[in-house]
Amino acid sequence: MTISLNLNGQTHEVDAEPGTPLLWVIRDELKLTGTKFGCGVAACGACTVHLDGEPVRSCQTFIEDIDGAEITTIEKMEEDKVGAAVQKAWLELDVVQCGYCQSGQIMNAVGLLRQNAKPTAEEVDDYMHGNACRCATYQRIRAGVLRASEILEA
Amino acid sequence: MADQLSRRGFLKSAAAAGAALYIGANTKGVMAASNSADAMLNHFVKITGDGRAVALCKHVEFGQGSATGLTTLIAEELGVTMEQIDYEFAPSNPEIYNNLLFGPFQGTGGSTAIANSFTQYRTAGAAAREMLISAAAKTWGVDAGTLDIVEGVITGAGKTAPMGEFVAAAAGMEVPAEPRLRDASEWKIIGNAQTRRLDSPVKVNGQAQFAMDVHLDNQMVVMVRRTPQRGGTVVAFDDSASKVVKGFIMAQALPTGHGVAVYAENTWAAMQARNALEVEWDLSAAETRSSGEIKDEILAALNTEPTYNVNKADRAAVKTTVDGAATVLEKTFYFPLLAHAPMEPLNCTIEQTAEGDIVLHDGAQMPTGPHMAYQQIFELPAEKIQIKSMLAGGSFGRRATPDADYQVEAGLAFIMTDRSRPVKLVWDREDDIRGGYYRPAAGHKVRVGLDETGAIIGWDHQVAGQSIMKGTAFESFAVHDGVDHSTVEGIADSPYTIPGQALGLTDTEKATSVLWWRSVGHTHTAYVMEVMMDLAAKTSGKDAVEYRLGYLTGEGDAARKAGVLKLAAEKAGWGSAPAGHAKGIAVHKSFGSYVATVVEVSGNTDDGIVVEKVTAAVDCGIALNPDTVTAQAEGAIGYGIGHAMRDQITLDGGAVEQSNFPDYEPLRISDIKVIETHIVPSAEAPTGIGEPGTPPSAPALANAIAALSADAEYVAELPMSANGVEFA
Ligand code: FES
Ligand code: FES
Repeated sequence: MTISLNLNGQTHEVDAEPGTPLLWVIRDELKLTGTKFGCGVAACGACTVHLDGEPVRSCQTFIEDIDGAEITTIEKMEEDKVGAAVQKAWLELDVVQCGYCQSGQIMNAVGLLRQNAKPTAEEVDDYMHGNACRCATYQRIRAGVLRASEILEA
Repeated sequence: MADQLSRRGFLKSAAAAGAALYIGANTKGVMAASNSADAMLNHFVKITGDGRAVALCKHVEFGQGSATGLTTLIAEELGVTMEQIDYEFAPSNPEIYNNLLFGPFQGTGGSTAIANSFTQYRTAGAAAREMLISAAAKTWGVDAGTLDIVEGVITGAGKTAPMGEFVAAAAGMEVPAEPRLRDASEWKIIGNAQTRRLDSPVKVNGQAQFAMDVHLDNQMVVMVRRTPQRGGTVVAFDDSASKVVKGFIMAQALPTGHGVAVYAENTWAAMQARNALEVEWDLSAAETRSSGEIKDEILAALNTEPTYNVNKADRAAVKTTVDGAATVLEKTFYFPLLAHAPMEPLNCTIEQTAEGDIVLHDGAQMPTGPHMAYQQIFELPAEKIQIKSMLAGGSFGRRATPDADYQVEAGLAFIMTDRSRPVKLVWDREDDIRGGYYRPAAGHKVRVGLDETGAIIGWDHQVAGQSIMKGTAFESFAVHDGVDHSTVEGIADSPYTIPGQALGLTDTEKATSVLWWRSVGHTHTAYVMEVMMDLAAKTSGKDAVEYRLGYLTGEGDAARKAGVLKLAAEKAGWGSAPAGHAKGIAVHKSFGSYVATVVEVSGNTDDGIVVEKVTAAVDCGIALNPDTVTAQAEGAIGYGIGHAMRDQITLDGGAVEQSNFPDYEPLRISDIKVIETHIVPSAEAPTGIGEPGTPPSAPALANAIAALSADAEYVAELPMSANGVEFA
């Protein structure tokens, strides 16, 4: 089937079988590799993108369900006010280790800060719970979200 | 006029930009220089006429910060800021880029990246500095001793000039045999906690290139259906359901018989086609045991005379002492198989160039492994094989298999084609969790005898488990007199002075392929040593810190171990805890570094334990990049605690029962509320930091849980969640 995908502000006509996860359209067809594959079963968050502004797991988002939706990936976060603040905080604190989970962490953190500009540490933990980091950078992820909140407030 | 000036300036910088100074080693390992990339393919540092420097990193970057660390060493000696230098990954060359602690073998492991490079990389940077300075001194007619390079500018004798101006002149000079290394008092970047990771920017904006992100023109994606039980082989397969998948290309059994490779146009098609494949296996020679049987075998081995008397002690005498002691503490421990589960599932991409070279794109932890394997598979000389190292999304040991397992798989999948299309081999998470190469299962039985004062008078320690090193290329240096040191490290070489210790080892049959896993044998030996120490202290009514210090009275090793123990205790407010909270401590030396950890918990084992805080003290010699040291401590602690809490790989009839994160649950953000790391200032040579935080973390948690109430116990089998401990 052919669907029209609005990704990072551009429209793409994509030909893919129904049941194809958005993740693989983004990575293999559109060749935007910032969105990562970690588990394929919505258990790690590495594949997190925004669908109409909300974080979703792209490995469990299927193309037949998203015709016409607006998709945003990590590649577009520099231009997003909240996204840029999160990235800045991540650089200040050197959150990353291997970095493989971090696109997803950042996309999810942006989702949190959009709906809750001043989260507490517990609220960060609750919201970020589904984003696994095998390098265990959690300490800095938590601090990074709180720092981004400060940056946004300033 | 203005135009002319700017044009002259442009021409001058363009000419200078054409020159470059390369400092590297020749094949005899001697520092050499050149102005041509061809003559100096294997360099450590390059400086171009525009004054940019590039460090060539011989170690993989999988999060531990090696790229930043190695670049720091060059930048410091050369005299540039971290903004004036870039890094690239070195090609595969075991003569030039070998790990100096591994022999002629290029690889990363054992937390050695900085330890083996500390002098080598500084020397390369210092040689470049001295050559540039000599060139400037000659031109200016001044004494070279009066000049230095500061932030990329040659300065002194009343003159300054960007170092790039002397690149061409320096490239023709002899390399100084023993360049002067900067004194620690001159360091600006080494030891500076403000230094940021060089790989952060690309890792926060999606531009970082991992091997998984390689997309070569016309590539095929291959996924493999592997034998469900180790040792099984393919009898036949039916790909009729795979053929229905759009994008399916073909399926072929691997020549090893261990699986069927499914080729497709893209990753999703490969996954579906692979999953649709029907395979008939010959399991007659395959593993059929279950975890319970493997455990029984290990526990039974603990109750027989050990095969190896590791420390050549008179065990009969030790047993007699223990039996006659005022108090005898006895405990049997069991540690399950564990998967590494790096965040980026295993993958690599292989192609053939027009010249017939084989090129592997890989987050290669040990490039020499696939480099050697491909010489055999493709019957090519070493120079016809190139390995392009990419960023790796974690490893924890998994990307460093002695048999180069996944790279060989990709090579075999490629050689079964006409090689006109690149092949990208992709594992999914299920492949990763079920694909073997686990932290071996291990058992310990310890009997400790205490006298009336609570002092240790005898320690009978038996270990049984599966050897990692035997049967691999590493056997000759890791196995001595039959003892695989990696099974008993952390006991055999413990800085504790324990009177009357006997240490025995029995190897058990390998149930599945086993492999080093972040901190290797220390993953279980530290747990046993530190729980037993804690139990001994508690039984004799002594403070856990004071008791340990009593066995750390010597100089050197013991003093450094005592140092971190005291620092962690002090920083954690040892000796008191909020109501309902309890603290546990553990300390361990591994990979040349010392880490002490205090874990503070609340709750109880029925309703759920909460890890309130972890305080760590680290002595890894000179902390090259202190913030990286802190980050590695945090990560290593999380890795240790997360697996101890709830992870294990179990076998049912030889087949792995877990498959993905839902049943091999990673540590989550809410599992540890706070981690605080303190670094011991040190002038000692740097030692490892990627692993040493892991060993003491789990026993500190066990000791904290045991301190929660009078009847709380020390968990002796992992994971804790399968052995009576709930976590909130
Ligand atoms: S890959 Fe989508 S949640 Fe893990
Ligand atoms: S930084 Fe490596 S998995 Fe998160």
